[in-house]
Amino acid sequence: MKLHLTEEESAFREEMRTFFTTEIPQQIRDTIAAGHHVGKEGVVQTQQILNRAGLAVPNWPVEWGGRDWTPLQRHIWHEEMQLACVPPPLAFNANMVGPVIANFGSQAQRERFLPPTANLDIWWCQGFSEPNSGSDLASLSTKATRDGDDWILNGQKTWTTLGQYADWIFVLCRTDPEAERKQQGISFLLCPMDAEGVTLRPIELIDGSVEVNEVFFEDVRVPGDLLVGEENKGWSYAKFLLGNERVGVAPVGATKRALATVKMHAEETGRLDDPLLAAEFVGLENELLALELTALRVVANSADGKPHPASSVLKLKGTEIQQAVSELAVDLGGPLALASGAGDGDGDGSDIPEWARVSAPTYLNLRKASIYGGSNEIQRQIIAGTILGL
Amino acid sequence: MDFTLDSEQTALRDAVRGLLKGYDAEHRRAVTKNDPGFDEDMWSKLAEMGILGLPFSEDDGGMGAGQVEVSVVAEEFGRVVAPEPFVEAVVLAGGIVAACGSDEQRKEILGGISSGEILPAFAWADPTGGEKGVTVDGDTLTGVKEPVLNGARADTIIVFAEGRLFLVDGAATERTSYRTFDGGRAARIRFDDTPATPLGDPSTGSEGADGDATEATQSVIAAAQVAYAHEALGAMDSALKLTTSYLTTRKQFGVSLNRFQSLTFRAADMYTSLELTRSIVSWATMVLADDDVSPEKKREAAARAKLQVSKAGRHIGQEAIQLHGGIGMTAEYSVGWLTARLTAIDHLLGDGRQLTGQLARGLASYGVVEPLP
Repeated sequence: MKLHLTEEESAFREEMRTFFTTEIPQQIRDTIAAGHHVGKEGVVQTQQILNRAGLAVPNWPVEWGGRDWTPLQRHIWHEEMQLACVPPPLAFNANMVGPVIANFGSQAQRERFLPPTANLDIWWCQGFSEPNSGSDLASLSTKATRDGDDWILNGQKTWTTLGQYADWIFVLCRTDPEAERKQQGISFLLCPMDAEGVTLRPIELIDGSVEVNEVFFEDVRVPGDLLVGEENKGWSYAKFLLGNERVGVAPVGATKRALATVKMHAEETGRLDDPLLAAEFVGLENELLALELTALRVVANSADGKPHPASSVLKLKGTEIQQAVSELAVDLGGPLALASGAGDGDGDGSDIPEWARVSAPTYLNLRKASIYGGSNEIQRQIIAGTILGL
Repeated sequence: MDFTLDSEQTALRDAVRGLLKGYDAEHRRAVTKNDPGFDEDMWSKLAEMGILGLPFSEDDGGMGAGQVEVSVVAEEFGRVVAPEPFVEAVVLAGGIVAACGSDEQRKEILGGISSGEILPAFAWADPTGGEKGVTVDGDTLTGVKEPVLNGARADTIIVFAEGRLFLVDGAATERTSYRTFDGGRAARIRFDDTPATPLGDPSTGSEGADGDATEATQSVIAAAQVAYAHEALGAMDSALKLTTSYLTTRKQFGVSLNRFQSLTFRAADMYTSLELTRSIVSWATMVLADDDVSPEKKREAAARAKLQVSKAGRHIGQEAIQLHGGIGMTAEYSVGWLTARLTAIDHLLGDGRQLTGQLARGLASYGVVEPLP
């Protein structure tokens, strides 16, 4: 047992910290620090800076821009990025469709898609969930039928995050309705968002934001060379993708930063002297420390590249703490949190500090965290079944 | 950062596990029925194995091992709720002598502890729940310390009084022993102008004798808190194993209990608590084992580990009984013992509420908690 990072690991951490805090525009990092979105331009600009430095897709195969890092290096990269308020590479590109194409796509698909996917010249969105297929994803009914070499796609996807910015969508669809098990007979198709028959409808969320959408497919013609891997093997690619999604899913760095910010405001307003409030901070800081150390333990034990089964613990607990921190911010804001609509645009028109104004929308928005990426109930199912053998 | 044990530490763990494997509920019940509440033969075997001198220097008759080895052993004690007072006698009472004793005192007492000939007890708590109770007058002590774990059986009592530490012959005190709810023994110890030897060498001005020994005592308490945290971790691990095994074998409504999601989800939450605890407790061991970390940071790490243990111990202990149903309430089944011991550990050397208060005092001095020094 040993506490310290090795000299190389410390140097790596320093290198990452320096890069993130000096190479990413201050205005982008300030926007994230204030709890706002940086918009499409900010995300693209950041990812292109990262990609130029070889820091956008370290988890990919080396020949496609990946880095041969240890799991701990990847963890440090991810943590330092969050602590520096750098918007991370777009997950749909970097963690989802990229690794799927790299691992299961044809050489032509790799050459065509991987470079622009790493550089965010293509913005991908995820066509998985459907109105009647949420946690039970394999029951999906969007279908693709053969027409010569092409596929004809029909159906509806939902909860398509940032689909309004997307150039392409990766779609799970049923290609063999007669298959014995529902997991069989699903394929993984790539589809341009501007193809004829694709319609996107935004969904307004409880915090007033629009970050998810419905996507409708009506007789959309998809060329045959946009099928990834083998026909009817899409479910195994989806499982691979979801496994990647859970790695680094605990937003430790971002939550640490958020908690420190709330604490700073509590101190400024003299309320950290309230022992009840102080106790809440101590409790959350300690849980977050335990979570971070668990993340370090998990990365140390997943050297074979497969997600550690305990990564479900990270998703479950990480999102709970993330939500609890956002809840504490609203509590601290109290009635000030009501001013969420004040100062839209130039920030004028309200004497209430910005952190209090964004606290309630953030809290409401983060209710999603325990639902997405495999709901926390699904994570409990995985822990009970896979780990505890129940 | 490396959370794994090396081969010697693994061998130590296996050896202790092998020695303690006889501790099922029935045997533990038999052993704890009679004074002194633990198995003297087992104590001798632990001495033979070197466990009772584990953290003491070889010059003082010990094994010269560190916090990692102490934690490995404590976890095995917790796993089977072994009633032998490893943390109390070796890590805490012995640790105080190791930290503050004079050369002679260390040789005599630590040598005696290591060989199993001296059982020490640390008299810290007073009957009001504080750490006072005893006053110093020259070379004598007067007052009451209670509850003193293993106080009646102890050959040597190490007394904390007025910020100083003293050695007192157990036989020179008036002792009343009773059973504690986790199967152990504690005593009220009355001092009445009782002769006491200051711990430490007065001529060299060791802090144990002259100055305020509170800080040195707190550092040893931190080591004991981390050892307790590992003992608790072992107990929690067993509680979850028993529970999952019970859920797969016990049948009601014609099916095994693991068919009920309301139960398996609660077991999943127990696992989450356990794993978070394992992480922070192992980390605290690494912090204490690291010579470059300041005593202050070590005490903070110990407090953090024990705070987590307080929360997780309650969660896992309570749920283990509930998921077992009635059988979990019985003394002939282990799960209740585990929960009783977890409850005892929670309230020894600082409970969750006290530790929260302690940590809250430092809240404004940093932004984020950094696990790496």
